Amino acid sequence: MGKTLLRKVWDLHTVRTLPTGQTQLFIGLHLIHEVTTPQAFDALRARGWRVARPDRTFATVDHIVPTRERRRPFLDVMAEDMIASLERNCRDFGIPLAGLDDDRQGIVHVIGPELGLTQPGMTIACGDSHTSTHGAFGAVAFGIGTSQVRDVLASQCLALEPLRVRRIRVTGALPAGVYAKDVVLTIIQRLGVGGGVGYAYEYAGEAIERMSMDERMTICNMSIEGGARVGYVNPDRTTADYLEGRPFAPAGGAFDRARAWWTSMASDPDAAYDDDVEIRAEELTPVVTWGVNPGQSVGVDATIPSGREAGMDAAAVADALAYMQLQPGQPIAGLRVDVAFIGSCTNSRLSDLREAARIVSGRRVAPHVKALVVPGSVSVKRAAEREGLDQIFRAAGFEWRSAGCSMCLGMNPDKLEGSQVCATSSNRNFKGRQGSPTGRSLLMSPAMVAAAAVAGEVTDVRKLVNQPEGAAS
Amino acid sequence: MGARTIVFAEGRGLPMRGDDIDTDRIMPARFLRAVTFEGLERHLFEDERAGSAAAAQAHGVHPFDNPHYRGASVLVVNRNFGCGSSREHAPQALYRLGIRAVVGESFSEIFFGNAVLIGMPCVTASPDDVHEIMERVEERPETVVRVDLPSDSCEIDGVTYDIRLPGNVRDAFITGAWDTTGLLLDGYADVDAVAARLPYVGGF
Repeated sequence: MGKTLLRKVWDLHTVRTLPTGQTQLFIGLHLIHEVTTPQAFDALRARGWRVARPDRTFATVDHIVPTRERRRPFLDVMAEDMIASLERNCRDFGIPLAGLDDDRQGIVHVIGPELGLTQPGMTIACGDSHTSTHGAFGAVAFGIGTSQVRDVLASQCLALEPLRVRRIRVTGALPAGVYAKDVVLTIIQRLGVGGGVGYAYEYAGEAIERMSMDERMTICNMSIEGGARVGYVNPDRTTADYLEGRPFAPAGGAFDRARAWWTSMASDPDAAYDDDVEIRAEELTPVVTWGVNPGQSVGVDATIPSGREAGMDAAAVADALAYMQLQPGQPIAGLRVDVAFIGSCTNSRLSDLREAARIVSGRRVAPHVKALVVPGSVSVKRAAEREGLDQIFRAAGFEWRSAGCSMCLGMNPDKLEGSQVCATSSNRNFKGRQGSPTGRSLLMSPAMVAAAAVAGEVTDVRKLVNQPEGAAS
Repeated sequence: MGARTIVFAEGRGLPMRGDDIDTDRIMPARFLRAVTFEGLERHLFEDERAGSAAAAQAHGVHPFDNPHYRGASVLVVNRNFGCGSSREHAPQALYRLGIRAVVGESFSEIFFGNAVLIGMPCVTASPDDVHEIMERVEERPETVVRVDLPSDSCEIDGVTYDIRLPGNVRDAFITGAWDTTGLLLDGYADVDAVAARLPYVGGF
């Protein structure tokens, strides 16, 4: 019987079984940022501990950074304090930092892959639940809390319970206008926001195999929204091609040896899975959320369901609809939006911006909509500018910002106001998530956000995909 | 390190109804803008409590505002509690409020793991039992809820309910081995040996 990638990586990184029965797992890469680490470094100082492997640790700033004016010191005193704290901690403990003035700065889950830090077969940890993103490379990547950040800093290890593996095969080909985001939102809608607890999700099937690394990252990123802490795709030629030539990727003969090892870490064809699910790609449509968790979604051509239709607890649906100020039976298309946000660790990479730009090109953002694009990294921003994407967005009426988490979670000045409705390419539509306690978030693909920005309301991007530029108002 | 044993938690209950309560609700992101966890307990569920912009939409008194539950030690919740963001600020705030154990139908993995590391057991019970425990607490908020790890039970009003905690985690609380940092630092030669066999650590 063969092994899954999860099992191979787990076994290879196991140090010992702890008296607690948990596995002590070596962590190959620890990514850190300004929000979930200050207390961990304080704990190290209080106990006189050092960072075990600064050479396997890498820091950047993303959550709290302003995306408009990046001059130091920030006007935002608390943001300044948090960034200064990370700078001091990295200096004191010898950790490399891609800070605000560094060309490598960006959202931690965007820069890890683009720098080649993220590689197949690794264990990765970061104090952020979207660390599952790195699984796109065939790494096993865990989102952790601050006490675990302290543990990894001090020991380069985590104490973890073993995971079961659910394979999710996305078979067939995606129709035009249907994206990786729609695939993962559909998976979460079908399996539930808690359905993945205790599982790692292995994404497989032709549709996944055909995807670019950017698309695979979108899928793995939202594993946690389905309750799965870990999600991964087996490494293949697409993975190796992406990594070749990246700053931290092996080069020359080492690259060839690495590629052979990466391939060997993929799940064996005869591996056994604890559960197996099939999703047929050709049946999928663009998806929009109508509720207050990422599992509450419908196809853009459908109506908002009642509790029974949604297969959910009636009280929970009623509560979600009351918060969203929506009615069962109402079509989701045509819902007026106030804000359009393209960004976040889910969908802020170059290919996301290209798809969105393709939609807005030659069109104008509706007059009542505030629209912004926040590239995932300095590198993505520059690459987009080289292609002229910034000009397309600006000409259409989008704001073109600097890299950071921004309006995904509203820890910087980019927040919703009042009960604004936001078409967003981010990952969470929780109550209050985008910085306003009554703000309303509609999750969708970046292309769908672009379409909503132009139409001023939720609209089916498939109607725009094949139209010539300038054909829509 | 880790010598403190956690065998039981007892005190008043605090029922917080609803499935999939995410950590953004428990602790809105703007309160993560600090370099310590101090004072976070003041902001628990802030955006849905009295005086908040969203409170107008809510029905009745929020459990965290209800004076009957003030000083509670045992939080009672439904399914998939603590989902979403990995922010430890959420369990830290609950602990700082005085919560010493959480009884629920199920928990998100990251929340559960964070809670273990700060010494706040999250134990599961059947949906029916959680429902009954919540009703008992709501009917008589002054009654004492006792979560007892060695006997895998939760007792309220003289009635005992079965609770579950993965055996190893339960034993870790009882023996004081739950704070794993010290364990992870033991025998570091073994860690170096694992690192040495990983091709990527040596640059292939």
